[in-house]
Amino acid sequence: MNAILTIENYAKTFCLHERNKLIPSASHVNLSVYPGKLTALIGPTGAGKSSVLKGVYRTYLPSAGRMLFRTAAGEVVDLAQADEHRMLELRKSEIGFVTQFLHCLPRKSALDVVAEPLFARGVPTEEARGRAADLLAQLAVPSHLWNVPPATFSGGEKQRVNLARGLIAQPRLLLLDEPTASLDPATTERVVAHLETLKGSGIAMLAIFHHPDLVRRLADSVIELSPPVAIVEPEKEIA
Amino acid sequence: MSNKILSVRGLSRIHGEQCPLCIASTGPEHDTNICPHCGSVVAAHDVNFDLYRGEILGIIGESGSGKSSTVKTLYFDEAPTAGSATFYDGGAQHDMFALNAAQQRSMRNKRFGMVYQNPHLGLNFQISAGGNIAERLLMSDLKHYGEIRTRAGDLLVRTEVARARMDQNPKTFSGGMQQRVQIAKALATQPPLLFLDEVTTGLDLSVQAAILDLILEIQHELGTAMIVVTHDLGVIRLLAGRTLVMKHGRVIESGLTDQILEDPQHAYTQRLVASAL
Repeated sequence: MNAILTIENYAKTFCLHERNKLIPSASHVNLSVYPGKLTALIGPTGAGKSSVLKGVYRTYLPSAGRMLFRTAAGEVVDLAQADEHRMLELRKSEIGFVTQFLHCLPRKSALDVVAEPLFARGVPTEEARGRAADLLAQLAVPSHLWNVPPATFSGGEKQRVNLARGLIAQPRLLLLDEPTASLDPATTERVVAHLETLKGSGIAMLAIFHHPDLVRRLADSVIELSPPVAIVEPEKEIA
Repeated sequence: MSNKILSVRGLSRIHGEQCPLCIASTGPEHDTNICPHCGSVVAAHDVNFDLYRGEILGIIGESGSGKSSTVKTLYFDEAPTAGSATFYDGGAQHDMFALNAAQQRSMRNKRFGMVYQNPHLGLNFQISAGGNIAERLLMSDLKHYGEIRTRAGDLLVRTEVARARMDQNPKTFSGGMQQRVQIAKALATQPPLLFLDEVTTGLDLSVQAAILDLILEIQHELGTAMIVVTHDLGVIRLLAGRTLVMKHGRVIESGLTDQILEDPQHAYTQRLVASAL
């Protein structure tokens, strides 16, 4: 089977001009992600797990390496080099990201927060809200909260809203950064069941899980990262 | 790609006499946009970008960075010193700075919209709010009084200004309402391209939020492409998919907005992001 994403020698180093410092965040990352399979990233804090996900999504500009993504049309795009408009297009239609924290407008209802990716694709408002409601129900977010902005929600409720927003558009590649971090065991089980369904429908996933148990249950392959070696020599030139 | 609506190449705007050293002695590395040899102001130099249909592009920078100059040149408020801009409209493409004055006026009135920070620049304070919008509708093809009045009223209602205030002078409106009237006026001809120059600067936070929400709704409903000029990172974060960062007349960095905010490359952008409240 063809990989949907192949990462070759990815590295990310931050250059902090003000402090005249280079901070390596990830290096020598090699992995592949396949349709219907989940690749888990493991390693201690600071090993660069989130850096890999953000590099794929281009929230971080990769410092080195290639990230070859096979599009629905069968084209291979290096996400590290792709044109910004291309990236926006892929984010809208093919690559989804569930981050650790929910970032949304404090004045938007949970339902609209979740439906947003569908609005962006031009799905009619009522249909999008309907699908958002179904998904929130599946993830056991109480219906009396749907029309309320998530700002006042508990950590677990926010996390589920966040997850629902990432899952609703069924991207071909899903990036998951600790999607169950603040969930109770019962809700975690619902999320696991949902992720298994998505895998079954052919969605490829690259994920970071807090619990080793989830890695064991969901991962088809595991990539262990170790923290990159600190760069001793400070940057010489000040920009 | 056919998705393009605007393509800007090598756009420059220099105020003053200009000498051969202007470009080499200004910019972020010289920490000034004023040429030390001849005193010319290099407001913007070598600005390049493509804008796609329905896209919102942010231009961020401090006062004097060249962000407003860039937009004013594109709206024909000021003539560029050098560079080109191509506007793709339907099947046609227009070399904007090669058009004559009448053609430029027509493009500006019918195909572009502008919302200024200062409502005095965008509105005529001698006439009513409705009259301001009617003025623009008259420049398009609407000629019938009743139709114009209905359409002007609809636009005000869409931007959340009560129809009942249509015949009042915008002088009597609050700052937020004046901005809404400006937006209604800019949208009157349903332009595919809208310029927004610091539209929420100086307004109360709650009013800012409501205006920004309105802009997003309009973009969602009409698919209007927009260039949003601001010094406010929050505005960029909320509205723009891509962002250009300007300083001393130059674009020092550009990228996807979340990348600019989370992984800024240039020292100035890093400082800017670190200063966010």
